[in-house]
Parts: sequence; structure tokens; C-alpha cells
Amino acid sequence: MVDAVAVEARNVSKVFGTGADAVRALDGVSVTIRENEFFTLLGPSGCGKTTLLRLIAGFELPTAGEILLEGEHVEHLPPYQRPVNTVFQNYALFPHMTVAQNIAFGLEMRNVPQADIDSTVNEMLGLVKMAGLGARRPSQLSGGQQQRVALARALANHPKVLLLDEPLSALDLKLRQGMRTELKNLQKTTGITFIFVTHDQEEALTMSDRIAVMSQGRIQQLGAPLDIYEQPVNRFVADFIGDTNFVTATIDGRAGDYVRCRCAGGLDLLASPIGGAGHGSKVTLAVRPEKIMLKPGDLGTVAQTVYVGTDTNYEVRLSDGSSISVRLQNAADGHAQFTVGDGVAVDVPAGAARMLQD
Amino acid sequence: MAVAAESSHIALVQAAAERRFLLSRRLLASPAVFVVGVFGILPLVIMLIYSFLVAATYGGVEWIFTTENYVSFLFQRDIFDDTLQFVPDYLQIYFRTFVLAGFTTVASLILGFPTAYFMATRPPGQRNFWVFLITLPFWTNLLIRTYAIQLIIRDEGLVNDLLKGIGLIDQPIHMIYTNFAIMLGLLYSFLPFMVLPLYTSLEKLDFRLVEAGFDLYATRGRVLRRIVIPLAKPGIIAGCILVFIPALGAYVTPLILGGGKQHMIGSLIATQFGTSRNWPFGCAQAFILMAIVMVALLVYVRSTTGKSRVAHG
Repeated sequence: MVDAVAVEARNVSKVFGTGADAVRALDGVSVTIRENEFFTLLGPSGCGKTTLLRLIAGFELPTAGEILLEGEHVEHLPPYQRPVNTVFQNYALFPHMTVAQNIAFGLEMRNVPQADIDSTVNEMLGLVKMAGLGARRPSQLSGGQQQRVALARALANHPKVLLLDEPLSALDLKLRQGMRTELKNLQKTTGITFIFVTHDQEEALTMSDRIAVMSQGRIQQLGAPLDIYEQPVNRFVADFIGDTNFVTATIDGRAGDYVRCRCAGGLDLLASPIGGAGHGSKVTLAVRPEKIMLKPGDLGTVAQTVYVGTDTNYEVRLSDGSSISVRLQNAADGHAQFTVGDGVAVDVPAGAARMLQD
Repeated sequence: MAVAAESSHIALVQAAAERRFLLSRRLLASPAVFVVGVFGILPLVIMLIYSFLVAATYGGVEWIFTTENYVSFLFQRDIFDDTLQFVPDYLQIYFRTFVLAGFTTVASLILGFPTAYFMATRPPGQRNFWVFLITLPFWTNLLIRTYAIQLIIRDEGLVNDLLKGIGLIDQPIHMIYTNFAIMLGLLYSFLPFMVLPLYTSLEKLDFRLVEAGFDLYATRGRVLRRIVIPLAKPGIIAGCILVFIPALGAYVTPLILGGGKQHMIGSLIATQFGTSRNWPFGCAQAFILMAIVMVALLVYVRSTTGKSRVAHG
């Protein structure tokens, strides 16, 4: 039961255009999305995440591959025959209808009896905290309210899967943060599978059960937010999620479960070895700035400090001229622990540096 | 002190700028106001006055006040006992005109909507090419285009020759000088006036709303009825007005394709100023038509704006 599958994509490719202008938006993507899951497709613009969503919704047809909804092939069904609903990026509310008419639209199209439509519309208005605003027009609502109507309109149909195409990107920061919690709660209370498309890593990390990080039409890494953040498999994922120092190093020997990596600038790091990286080979390590500790010393000097509220970001210049960034919490009185010109030593806990595949 | 002086100075400058803005706005509008006044309103005033005067024998008017021109639209005065008799001849012409103009409007909407939809869904770079094609007929004079239709649909014309050639008919289908011929001519002349406003409103249509409709289980037909047509309504209204009203006053088309046998209001009025030499009656006819159109439009506008206001509330 836990592993019931909501959506399955098998080796899906999508090519737009023909000949020399052809763009491969999706390149053999296979992914299984479980029931009741908050699943996020994360990536920069043009990575294929929206294309994958539109293929599941039925707005585009795959060039190759199969798409299954609860085990049934849907890749050649028109969108109005698929039991999924979409929350569009700019909401796409019907401007000539009231809020209630917008929410009722999908039910009407499926010939639900009028009495049921009315009760569902009221229920949905309550669910998204818009009770009493059913007679308004979309143009009379704020961005956040329009967002709620778009959600209510999609959820009113009790879809098997709800597709959300960057639904928060048009809201201002404060509203966006509030909506994150609300979306997550909504997903839990309704028990509907959410597939959420975003380019915002913070959104992805805070809401998702699992994240698929996409780039160049492929899924680069699939996993829980913690895995994605702590164990990025390649340079792209490490770079796209959070801030990262990339350090080139040479493997210099074993130290318990770890291998010792000798980096430029006199820095030694302990990292878990990955396949194919033997003694003497050159590797790339990723180290999160907040994993690194600083103490007074003479390995490098503080070249720059940037105050960011709770923390301060330090740029530490090493003896060979390369630099690494470090993020430290500020002292209790709010002051930074080091200032520009201070000599510092760098302390990285064993395993904090992650060896990358490429 | 200095700050206060500066702020009052700014206020003065702003007021002056505002005055200049208003003045320049009036100046910019003045050529249009002049043209509409001299060539639009002044002739109408002259026509209104003429419609209450008596016709002179060789055209022109005699300055004697009469309402006879309006009375004789519906009635004929008996020359012996001066009683009024109801004569529906003119009314029939008006009726035929409205029916023909109405059919033309409906037909051009049916033909124009898919055309405009096709144009609006082309890639943006190609759309201007299609608009250009729609405006192409305007490059040739309407009279010549109407004669061309005559050549195509007459008994020995292209259509009949073709049908006879492939053996579908042995007698020509009589099309010229019929109501059908007039409607065909009107449809051909006014179709661009339907397509262009429809295209303008469909081009502005957010096609994500169409996707949203599909997503919410609406089939193609229902998306068209419930989303595309309601949102294209301003274009539909503009197109219908732009076709219906000129079609009501059409002159060249009924003259050439109706052969002068099938009068429409436009050709009827023209006859009063030409062969009949009854200017005041022609003026009265024109004003009756204008009054009908204005009342119809007013009623229409009232009904539509009223509805949307209720829906907004």
C-alpha cells in the first residue's frame, strides 16, 4: 500500500521542432511517483521540468516513451480524459466567471448534479479560506487570493494527482512562505499526490517528500530533501542546491572509513570514497560553507565578510591564492567572529566534504 | 524657508505643466473635431432641414415646411379625397434590407470566426502576413470587385460554365439579380470587417485559459462555447456592428448584383436624389434608417451592459 504508484514515466522523451531547430526538452526520463507523495521537479529554467508536467497533464504528447496514471496508459489521451488537474503558473482563472463559477467549472463539465456542485464549491471555498468570496471576479482578488481560487478549482475535482506549475512564483516573499506551509498541509489533509514544479530550491527543500533535480532534460538526482542536500551526486546538483565550495584534490591515503584528500593551499579533507577513485587520483570535493569551522590560525586570511543577519559569510584566502567560503553563526551579541585580515585556520569535520562523480 | 519656497515653486511648475498638457490635448483633437463637425454633423443638419421641405421639380427644395415626406413612408394620400392609405412598399424594402444585412452578418460571423481563430493561433511572426492577406481586397475598388462577382455568377459565368463543363447541370443556375446574389456580394465586401476585430480579440486571448478548460474536463466544443466565445465577445460585437450597419446602407452591391430590381435602402435613397429628384423624401428615408439603427444599438448596448453590471455586483 505504501508503495502504490500514482504516476510512472517510462523512458519519456520530448523533442520540440524538427531538423536543425529541434530541441530535446526531455531525454529518456524514467520516474515513479508514489501515491500521497509531495513530489517536486526542481531545476533551472529550460531543464525540462515543466515539459514533464505538461506531458503528465496531457498538454503535450511525448515523442517517445510511456506515461502511466495508476497503472493505466494515458500518453495518448487528451487532457480532459485524464484524472489529473493543474494549478497554472499565472493561475489561468477564467476572467469572465465568478470565483464560484471558476471552481464549479470542472464539476459542471463532468455533469455533476447541481446540488453536489454547490456543496463542493462551498467546501472548497472553506478549504482555501475564501468563504464568502464566491461572487467576486478574479480581477477583484489579490494575487494570493487568486492562487487560492486556482487551488480550489483544481482540488474541487478530487483529482488523483495535482500538478502545480511554479504556483508560488508570482507571489511576494512573505506570501510565498505562508503558502508553502499551507500547500504542504493541504496535501496532507486531502491525501492527493502533488507534483510540484519549481526552480526555487528552498521551496523544494521545505515542502517535498522527494525531489527530482533536473537539468538538460534528464533527472540528475532523485531523493529526499536531506539526501539531495547532504549527498549531491554530481557537480550540477551540489551547485544548484545551496552554496558549495568545489575543491580539486588528490587522494593521498586511507583514514578509517575515509580517504585523505590533499587539496591546494595546504588543506586536508576526509571524505567517503566513491567507486573508481583510487590512491593518487584527482577528484572534486564539494563542501558546504556552513560545515566549515574557523579558528584563529595561519592557514589563510579573511579576505571579505558579508553580514546576512544570523550568520556572516567569510571569504578565506588560502596560501596558494585560491579561496573558500565559510558561513558561521554570529556571536550572541550579533557581531561577526572574525574581521577582514584575521589569520584563520580551517577545520572541516570528517565526511563533511563530499566526493563527486564528475 | 528655502524648502517651502522650493516646494511652492514645484507646485507652480506642475500646475503649468498640467495646463500645457490639457491645451496640447485639445489642440491634438481639433483636426478630428473639425472634420467630424464640418463633414459629418453639418450635412446631417442640412439633411434634417431638407427632410421637412417640399421637393422642387428639377431637384433641390422649396422652402415650405411639411411632414409629408415622413408620412409618405408608410401611407399614400388619395389624390381625390385626401385620405391616407397604408402602403407597405417602402416597409418591405426596409424589411428585405434588414433581413439581407442580418444574413450577411451571421454568414460572415460563421465564416470569419474560424478564419480569425486560425490567424490568431499562428506563430506571432506569421500573423501579420495573414492580416495582410485579409486586407488585400481593399487594394482594388469595390465597384470592380462587385462586377467581378457578377461575371462569376451570371448565367454564362464561371460557376455555371464550370458546372456545365463537368456535366453536373445542363441549364444554368440563375443566381444573378437575386437576393442570393446581393447577399453574396455583401458577404464578400464586408467579411474583412468581421475578421479583423475578431482576430484582434482572439489574438489577445490567453491560450492558457484554453488549456485550463481542457484540464478541467471540457471538450473542444465546450471550451469554444464556455471560454473562447465569451472572451471574444467584444470582437464579435464590434465585427457584427461593422458588418451589419454598412450592409444596411449598401448601394453598389444591390445596384449591380440586384440589377436595380431588388432595392435595398441604400439604392432606394440614391434613387430619390437621382432619377426621382425628390431630395426631401431621400433625406427623410435616410433619417428613418438612422433612427432605427440608433434605437437598435441603444437597446442592444443597454441590454448587454446591464447584464454584465448585475454579474459584477
